[in-house]
Amino acid sequence: MAGIFKVKAKAKGGVTKVKMLAKHVMETGQRKDKKTGDIIPAKFIQELTVQHAGNTVFSGQLGTAVSKNPYFSFTFAGGAKGDELSISWAENTGTSATETAKIK
Amino acid sequence: MTMHRRTVVKAMLACGALVGLGAVIPGVAFAARNKGAFGSDDQAKAMQALFDAEPADSPDIVLKAPSIAENGAVVPVTVSTEMTNVESISIFVADNPTPLVAEFMIPAGTEAKVATRIRMGKTSTITAVVKADGKLFSTARETKVTIGGCGG
Repeated sequence: MAGIFKVKAKAKGGVTKVKMLAKHVMETGQRKDKKTGDIIPAKFIQELTVQHAGNTVFSGQLGTAVSKNPYFSFTFAGGAKGDELSISWAENTGTSATETAKIK
Repeated sequence: MTMHRRTVVKAMLACGALVGLGAVIPGVAFAARNKGAFGSDDQAKAMQALFDAEPADSPDIVLKAPSIAENGAVVPVTVSTEMTNVESISIFVADNPTPLVAEFMIPAGTEAKVATRIRMGKTSTITAVVKADGKLFSTARETKVTIGGCGG
């Protein structure tokens, strides 16, 4: 499965600044289908972990109030150009994946 | 205000229906996390479930959010602090169906500054809670929402 995260990570002066944007609907489970009136089941990313060289540099537990196509930015010490970040995420539906991104 | 009555009514209906549903989110979904906190429809209860304590107001947290958000579906929020030994940063929106938006862990070496985008059902208070040195600190501000983010 192709990654859903678009990542911009830049190492400068000993720190790496990461900006990431996921393509995800973040369905809250509270919206109704306009035609049928049925509740659209919840489907959102509830866990997110970013690792660099085996260390977790960022992680979060997300609720349904995180916007559609969620965006996160953070900065961590270390990291160099060419290093790889490993991004793991899990949906409330049980779907999960790990993808990688390079630091520039 | 140039909002159409119809849009307002729709948004209100949608949001109203949601409040009751907050508690019905299936338990399986939150197996590995604080189900009580994320499922709670009350901010004080959610904080209690997540931290088992109440945060103290602190001027040392910088919570950046617009004072007026035209679109409640995408409200940019940045939380940062100069405190040391920050363990986590959490964001709450008081009047959302489930007030706990997200909890971010800040491992050693990562700056205590997180930016994200959140949904807001209606005009409400955004609260940022920082856990540092085992203590809880918070700061809050109100954001006016002209179009709610809950109806879609």
